[in-house]
Amino acid sequence: MAEADTILELRGITKVFPGIVADDHVDFDLRRGEVHALLGENGAGKSTLMNILYGLYRPDDGEIVVRGQPVTFHSAKDAIAAGIGMVHQHFMLIPVMTVAENIVLGLEPTRDRVFIDEKRAAERVRDLSRAFGLALDPNQRIEKLTVGQQQRVEILKALYRKADILILDEPTAVLTPQEAKELFGIIETLKREGTSIIFISHKLGEVLEIADRITVLRRGKRIDSVPAAGATEPSLARMMVGRDVLLRVEKKSPSPGDPLLQVEGLEVLDDRQLPAVRGVSFEVRAGEIVGIAGVDGNGQSELIDGITGLRRPAGGTIRVAGREVAHSTPRLMLDLGVGHIPEDRQRRGLVLEFSIAENVALHDYAKEPDSKWGWLFPGRLVERARRLISEFDVRGGGPHTPAGALSGGNQQKLVAAREVARDPKVLVAAQPTRGLDVGAIEYLHRRLVEERDKGRAILLISLELDEVLSLSDRILVLYEGEIVAEFDPSVSEEELGLAMLGGGRREAAA
Amino acid sequence: MTEPVAPGTPPEPVSAAPPGTVAAALAIWQRAGGLAVPIATAVLAFIVAGLVVAATGHDPLTAYKDIFEGAGYNWIFHPSTDTAAAAPYNLSQTLLQTTTLILTGLAVAFAFRCGMFNIGGQGQYIVGLVVANWIGISFIHLDSFLHVVLCIVLATLAGAVWAGIAGFLKATAGAHEVISTIMLNWIAIWGASYLFGDNGPLQGPNPAVPVSGDVVPGAQLPVFWGDQGFQGLHVGLFLALAALVVYWLVLNRTTVGYEVRAVGYNPDAAAYGGISVRKNFVRAMAISGAFAGLAGALDMIGYLYHFGVLDVQSNQIGFLGIAVALLGRNTAVGTGVAAFLFGGLLYGTNQGLTSGVIPTALAQNVTYLIQGLVVLFVGADVLILYVWNARKKVRRARAATTPEPAA
Repeated sequence: MAEADTILELRGITKVFPGIVADDHVDFDLRRGEVHALLGENGAGKSTLMNILYGLYRPDDGEIVVRGQPVTFHSAKDAIAAGIGMVHQHFMLIPVMTVAENIVLGLEPTRDRVFIDEKRAAERVRDLSRAFGLALDPNQRIEKLTVGQQQRVEILKALYRKADILILDEPTAVLTPQEAKELFGIIETLKREGTSIIFISHKLGEVLEIADRITVLRRGKRIDSVPAAGATEPSLARMMVGRDVLLRVEKKSPSPGDPLLQVEGLEVLDDRQLPAVRGVSFEVRAGEIVGIAGVDGNGQSELIDGITGLRRPAGGTIRVAGREVAHSTPRLMLDLGVGHIPEDRQRRGLVLEFSIAENVALHDYAKEPDSKWGWLFPGRLVERARRLISEFDVRGGGPHTPAGALSGGNQQKLVAAREVARDPKVLVAAQPTRGLDVGAIEYLHRRLVEERDKGRAILLISLELDEVLSLSDRILVLYEGEIVAEFDPSVSEEELGLAMLGGGRREAAA
Repeated sequence: MTEPVAPGTPPEPVSAAPPGTVAAALAIWQRAGGLAVPIATAVLAFIVAGLVVAATGHDPLTAYKDIFEGAGYNWIFHPSTDTAAAAPYNLSQTLLQTTTLILTGLAVAFAFRCGMFNIGGQGQYIVGLVVANWIGISFIHLDSFLHVVLCIVLATLAGAVWAGIAGFLKATAGAHEVISTIMLNWIAIWGASYLFGDNGPLQGPNPAVPVSGDVVPGAQLPVFWGDQGFQGLHVGLFLALAALVVYWLVLNRTTVGYEVRAVGYNPDAAAYGGISVRKNFVRAMAISGAFAGLAGALDMIGYLYHFGVLDVQSNQIGFLGIAVALLGRNTAVGTGVAAFLFGGLLYGTNQGLTSGVIPTALAQNVTYLIQGLVVLFVGADVLILYVWNARKKVRRARAATTPEPAA
């Protein structure tokens, strides 16, 4: 039975999508002023459950009880009226409008019932941000804000609508470690003010750090709810994945061979035609993983695009297995054996409307055996897709399932499967585990090491320090478009972090 | 090839949802939605057009019945091949229009699948007409079969080139295809007006009328239903039906179609996959234009034989292709069905109205009214779904009072 301070209860929530049961009789409860983490792998049903709570989906079965009252939400409006706020992973803000304008949108304070009272709006936002310790300038435009600040705007938006139940959907996925720290501070303040928070995540460490209780979902079913106090990372991982998980990457020391990717004096312009990569030189040899560390926006994307032919370099040379590439195009680089796991799998890595089988053919549709003389053989694509699905453990659909219907982790596995299956000499892996859960991260990391051991040259670009440190055999630091330091993986996080902020100098020349 | 690795857990068996489950029912419903929305669109368009007819003081039901019979759809109740009777003759005329509309519809649909809006079907169609006429009145000693083939091939190519210009401008200069195809329409319209007009190079033997010469009999398509003298149905219909099959095959079974769809869905991913987006813009527009050019060729050597300045100015069949493609949701079957519907409307409102309930002039406008409404409603299928959901919501609200969520 519900305890006195239970503010929200979900009872037996079930949601069925064509071909998959997203949530299967899930129970969940939230007490006043607690942080209750919802933990699970991608596709475990966390987001579906929260979208139901927020009125975006209707459950096929089950009941939502808010403050002891059973409720039915027809839209997010009903949920907001019931005091529920949600901060989505992808922010829903209008970039050209100010912080205050975004926050009051739809509920603007007015003068004479017609004109928006901008002064009062700004004031209210300022009061609110002060009350909850969220430092924000109400008159700043959204586009000028960092991601972390934008997230605060989203939180304020919910608070402005008098939410006392706040759903945070993977809030740290887009944040730097510092910003995440600040967010946790904000969460503590909100808790003190009596806000109850549902914290969706698949990162074990942060869940243990911030949550009071943890509910674990696996494949649509609630596995258990435990207090955070007694829980450990391995115990949570076991609940999430259903087996013991290796949280450390195990790898042998590398045995590098010939250089397969040589980049010299590479210069690449960004979209505004300003130099983003400025005279970068390095090489990646067969059987080694070279990690590129750096704070986001220091030329990583342009470097990747330059190497893979998606952007024509403004200067410098690229050699693949000794062959110099004069004019790189995506097609040429693919044919030379450069595989690429792109940083944005949804925008670039996959055609979401295409089936898995069609996506598997994205690079080689014009070659045998996928096609001959322009004639496509869908049966062969399906066959290959089926093989890759089982080999790479892609879950959530068959060869005919649209890629867009897969969860993020499975989409990434699909991309990785396609790239690795092409047997590339060089594999450019950009943020290969962004937004993925432990199980998928473990898998992809192990897989990357295996590919290294098969003699591929792997260039890893990641914003996650942990990832760079645990996978790389050598680490290069990219700062303002230049490589400013090179480290051994034994480097301390502090030293690496300092270099990422421009405080280092290139050490030993490669 | 990669060696198999042992995944942590065996993959789940992936299969369609077992029958009888909620999931299976939903899947069927989803598939039906692909059909339900265009049908709802068409029905809505007819209802609103009917309201307009009613507003003019005429009975919409009688008008629709007239159109139905005028289009020869009632042939189904008394099938016959004798075109001396009204229903078979009307049906043959509807199919004549359908032939053209299938192709001008495909001209829009194909570009759509590549993420482009080809509004230039009219211009590409006219270019096809002109070239087919020019070839059809020249080379009069050519073998008949060769002459027909030459007309069709060159007119199709001309349509492809005409649309290809817009694709080329988009690929190189970034010019939006909507603007450039509209401009190319006007160039085609005024160019054809000049060619067919007074003292124009393609004007017919009578210098007093701005109409082209007649395509020689050797270059005319055989008529297989009805009398050639009474605008019988020519074999071009089969070419149009074949074009539907080709359209489906190209899109779904060729690398060209794969590229077109990839670019249409996600140009970034296509580029990442090694596909040249620019090349596809040009090629998809050219293929689109080829369909429209073929439509022009078949009309010219199938039943028109000549074309005048006034015809150029008033013809709308290329524009109607937009509505056909939208209603048909850019699928082969959908385009075929929508073409048959609009073909019937076009002919039924033109020739039908036996009861004399409404004047012909009003009836003809009903076609264009419905066309416009379809374009409007297709853009608004979200609206249709919204109305649908709102209706359900109201019903539910009546059935049970929802408890008020606490403020």
